[in-house]
Amino acid sequence: MATLHTRSAARMMIAPSVVLLFLWMIVPLVMTIYFSLLNYNLLSPGMETFVGFLNYKYFLTDPAFIAALINTLLLVLGVLLITVVGGIAFALLLNQDIYGQGIVRILVIAPFFVMPTVAALVWKNMFMNPVNGLFAHLAKALGLQPFDWLANAPLFSIILIVAWQWLPFATLIMLTALQSLDEEQQEAAEMDGAGAISKFFYIILPHMARAITVVILIQTIFLLSVFAEILVTTNGGPGTQSTNLTFLVYSQALLQFDIGGASAGGIVAVILANIVAIFLVRLVGKNLEA
Amino acid sequence: MARKVSTRRKMVMTAVAWALGILIFFPILWTFLTSFKTEADAIASPPQFLFFHWTTESYAEVQSRSNYLSHFMNSVIISFGSTLIGLIIAIPAAWAMAFSPTKRTKDVLMWMLSTKMMPPVGALIPIYLMFRNFGLLDSRSGLVIILTLINLPIIVWMLYTYFKEIPGEILEAARMDGASLFKEIIYVLTPMAVPGIASTLLLNIILAWNEAFWTLNLTASKAAPLTAFIASYSSPEGLFYAKLSAASTMAIAPILILGWFSQKQLVRGLTFGAVK
Repeated sequence: MATLHTRSAARMMIAPSVVLLFLWMIVPLVMTIYFSLLNYNLLSPGMETFVGFLNYKYFLTDPAFIAALINTLLLVLGVLLITVVGGIAFALLLNQDIYGQGIVRILVIAPFFVMPTVAALVWKNMFMNPVNGLFAHLAKALGLQPFDWLANAPLFSIILIVAWQWLPFATLIMLTALQSLDEEQQEAAEMDGAGAISKFFYIILPHMARAITVVILIQTIFLLSVFAEILVTTNGGPGTQSTNLTFLVYSQALLQFDIGGASAGGIVAVILANIVAIFLVRLVGKNLEA
Repeated sequence: MARKVSTRRKMVMTAVAWALGILIFFPILWTFLTSFKTEADAIASPPQFLFFHWTTESYAEVQSRSNYLSHFMNSVIISFGSTLIGLIIAIPAAWAMAFSPTKRTKDVLMWMLSTKMMPPVGALIPIYLMFRNFGLLDSRSGLVIILTLINLPIIVWMLYTYFKEIPGEILEAARMDGASLFKEIIYVLTPMAVPGIASTLLLNIILAWNEAFWTLNLTASKAAPLTAFIASYSSPEGLFYAKLSAASTMAIAPILILGWFSQKQLVRGLTFGAVK
């Protein structure tokens, strides 16, 4: 009796969260799928017609889509490379016995709390601006030509900005993992004559495997949807050089009012994100179970 | 138990760590310093580091020209509102899953996590149209609803990992003493759960404060929180470095301070308990 009572009470307590999340997941998705099958433009309301998969055909054969897909992948991989390698290096450094460790840690973590629009605008104007930015001043001081970062290397510049925001997250997680490393195991390795390099590859790196996979998984989910940084720096340009999938769908929907086409793009983005998610969950499954 | 490290090595490591730490922090420091410059000093060549005429005129101007305070209040209301509503919905769910788990509990948790993996563009169009039809565009209540939903999985997960650590025997003892479910929650569970709830609150306020997809797409001016307000500096006002810096400093300072207190919870919250 008691357990039955608790069970149904438990169900009642879980229900609101589950119902809300279910609605949040399913209603917009079904509506997006429905819109993606219509010829629906906000500029000509009431003219919606069913067009089947025509929107998908247009979206997938649009050169902007291929460009956006490549940019999305480069953005995710570029940021992952910088943050994972940098994160491990910083974590190893911060795990040393140094003076003022707590303060250095605070300095390194700070960028994570900076809102994306602030981070992007500060980098764009105060660092990467070809006339008044600090990089331009630095180049002039060294006798070089100032470089117009966002005009000549837009995607790379955005990768740098986003990597700056995510490096603290990677560092913090790697550091947490490092701190649980068994000191005695390291000492034993040293006694057996292991050098710093073999110690890193045979003890430290395997120990951090789980943390590394967690960083890759979580960052990928967020990085697939980078938006604000692109909106305030390059607006996806020049051309489509810094447009990712998220930005492409946004511009089709809210700038060109092509609801049908943008919905098809949204569904493509959902499918791609799910492929990545399944792939990553499989890949890290073993690590997470342990 | 720390192994002996030579002083020389320690000094070198300290120097390297501090140099890199300051390098990473430098953009924030530079923004802070620039916010106290005049516009002329802000673009001076060569750049002035500390020896400029310190002034707070940019702060006053940002407030008077664009009513900064109202955007700040939007951020406060949206982030606190969505977090508190999220907690009210999530606390019972996390409690039930932690203390009367069934064989489906793990699946439910994993499913909740999977809702976070859905890219926001998959929902943008219907949400935008629904908001337009219901007059929720550029409204604070609309944003509170959306941010509650996107952070709900993280709130449930975080609370679950904290509640899991509360020994179940205490609850059994309370039940033996005849405490009802309601009393059990109020008198036994709540006091033990407060630290976990506080951590969850803190992290989710930070996440909601910095959320910049929905806030940019669903607001125009009236309900725009700081993320969207700062975005309006993208051109050409962003070239007024001192004002951009003053607005940015005010937008990030409160959350930077909160954030430094929440380092540990950050790891736990964002890795769904996978790394502790």
